[in-house]
Amino acid sequence: MTNHALSGAQIVIECLKREGVDTIFGYPGGSAIPMFDAILDTNIRMILSRHEQGATHMADGYARETGKVGVALVTSGPGATNTFTGIYTAMMDSVPLIILTAQTTTPNLGKDAFQECDTCGMTFPIVKHSYLVKNTNDLTRVMKEAFHIAQTGRPGPVLIDLPKDILAGPCTAPFIDKMDLPGYTIPTYADEEAVKQAAEYIKKSKKPLLLAGHGAMISGAGKWVKELAEKLNAPVTSTLLGLGTFPATHPLSLGMLGMHGTVYANKAVLDCDLIMSIGSRWDDRITGKLDEFCKDAVRLHIDIDPAEEGKVLQPHVFMCGDAKLVLEQLLPMVSKLDTEDWIKTVQTWKKRYPLTYPKQGGLRMQHVIHTVYKQTKGKAVVTVDVGQHQMWTAQFFGADYPRQLHNSGGAGTMGFGFPAAIGAAFGNTTDWPVCCFVGDGGFQMTLSELATAAIHKLPVKIFVLDNKFLGMVRQWQDLFYDKRYSGVNMEGNPDFVKLAESYGIPGLRIRRSADAERMIQKALAYNDGPILIHCECEKEDNVFPMIPAGAPISSMITEPPKTQLEKPTGST
Amino acid sequence: MQETAHSLSLLVANRPGVLVRIALVFSRRGYNIDSLVVSPTLNPNFSRISIVARGNPEILIQIIKQLEKLIDVIHAKDHTDMSVVEKELALIKVRYELDQRAEILQLVEHFKANTIDMTENSMIIQITGNTDKIDAMKALCQKFKIVEYIRTGKVIMLRGEEET
Repeated sequence: MTNHALSGAQIVIECLKREGVDTIFGYPGGSAIPMFDAILDTNIRMILSRHEQGATHMADGYARETGKVGVALVTSGPGATNTFTGIYTAMMDSVPLIILTAQTTTPNLGKDAFQECDTCGMTFPIVKHSYLVKNTNDLTRVMKEAFHIAQTGRPGPVLIDLPKDILAGPCTAPFIDKMDLPGYTIPTYADEEAVKQAAEYIKKSKKPLLLAGHGAMISGAGKWVKELAEKLNAPVTSTLLGLGTFPATHPLSLGMLGMHGTVYANKAVLDCDLIMSIGSRWDDRITGKLDEFCKDAVRLHIDIDPAEEGKVLQPHVFMCGDAKLVLEQLLPMVSKLDTEDWIKTVQTWKKRYPLTYPKQGGLRMQHVIHTVYKQTKGKAVVTVDVGQHQMWTAQFFGADYPRQLHNSGGAGTMGFGFPAAIGAAFGNTTDWPVCCFVGDGGFQMTLSELATAAIHKLPVKIFVLDNKFLGMVRQWQDLFYDKRYSGVNMEGNPDFVKLAESYGIPGLRIRRSADAERMIQKALAYNDGPILIHCECEKEDNVFPMIPAGAPISSMITEPPKTQLEKPTGST
Repeated sequence: MQETAHSLSLLVANRPGVLVRIALVFSRRGYNIDSLVVSPTLNPNFSRISIVARGNPEILIQIIKQLEKLIDVIHAKDHTDMSVVEKELALIKVRYELDQRAEILQLVEHFKANTIDMTENSMIIQITGNTDKIDAMKALCQKFKIVEYIRTGKVIMLRGEEET
């Protein structure tokens, strides 16, 4: 079929429809006008953000929530550059995005025309792939390929740069279904020999530990992870992004491992004789000092990305494939292990070192998060920003379901949490509320999206956990830099309740622990759009347990230290 | 870890930006590219890129995997220590006194090189071969005055029937 009547912009929209896109997030500008014009004639929802970074994080939140591709549409120049933080965030966490950036006309490329920038050149390191379309007839192919690449294999952001004359020009190319991408292969099942070898190692293990990562969640492998854990009788720990893949309330669950992970998960890492990563990439937040991480244990690694083999640590067996399919291969090869003693030990640790927080003093972020968890019975979509409250959410909101907890993990992007909540709310098909935990620092980076939440009356509960500090940096300065606080005081914060009200969003305030129960109940019961809950929290609370960056897991700190600690050697 | 030189061969799709994407993989991992040759293949949709790069061999394994991840890279192979034909071409412009000319021409003949330009006091020598041979020729020319010197970088082709 040919489309003589359609312009480039109409073709792009038609391709979006064919890919099943019903919602896009965007912000217009001169070069993007043809796109925004074409959208008017479709039933695709265009959600207008207040900043392009917001639109990108919304698309990201939408993608994480639904598992579908998130789409952002912005203009050229600053419109494009404002998306970069969002693109990088998605790249680090393997989130499928399509970023449509408009561009100046093709004759103007490279001439410093108004709002021209080399968008593709500037984003090469942070995209899975990108296109600069210079011929209108390439559009159908590019759109097809982009969606395919974004959501298959290890997902990631794909950027399409669209010059205005390409959007305006007529396109006669047919829509296509077939693609010719000889350089792109999608791993499915792993090499049978490798899986057999892994099974042999597992059979010999007395103290196995499974590690569920984001890859397991993306692959939809939750059911298989559970089946394997129960079949072997092996405990399961999760990375930050893997939380929810294996239910937190399952007796074999150890919660999150790593820098601010549970004591029992980290003890299990220290003591296990075999660790199997299912779709995690041995991030430095979980390994601590690499030379000492599981150095005497057998290390098995399942990953869909062949380049993850040996990138950080050398596994005994690497199984390249889709987590779900590889577990399908592995399951019939293994049987129940003799892990009675191991499980007993792990359970003892769980009892002896539970996650706790001080009950005295002012309002604690942990208390707010845990109360929301209890009141929703864990049935809420949760998006989080970055910092102390993020770690406490990982600790005190025990996710039982995949795609329930949305974090900027790899990038640690402050400003992610709130727009991601908006995106997640648009994608949410459950009757669960969307709860956003955000610090006073991160919230102020993207709070202009309050308008977006307000106009669409999104059922988002915005918990601003305000300690008037950039808490995580302050914690480091407290523990490692002689309490020399520098650049962390958030003096000048607005009155967040009044701020919300000025957008037409009701605000509540919690100042005392004693009020938390009642106010959170009120917030959760509110059903006429977004609500902001300003939680004035204890100013100088620290997150424990903690493994200083670059230190071995054995140097875990479980309570406030009495003396000044050595400066960490690891990155950030 | 010892830095070693590696000869890589890449088959890539002729798409804009492919060279930048490749270069970024090297620079991000701290690898120096000594030479890089891009040439068309029999199929106009693809190009062959021959790269000589220097660095830690363990990192190179990662680099190859990262290169293969690029959508526009069909494959990337390390041909170091494999049975391959490796050739490069160099042009050496030498200045000399008239009485030295015979000696230089002898050198040229010995190395099966050619003179492709000559004046009374200068000539351009063209030499093809493997890296060692060209290095040796250059070293001997240093006795005279080398005015300018340029090399194409290595091109690599697998020996035998198989495609590189």
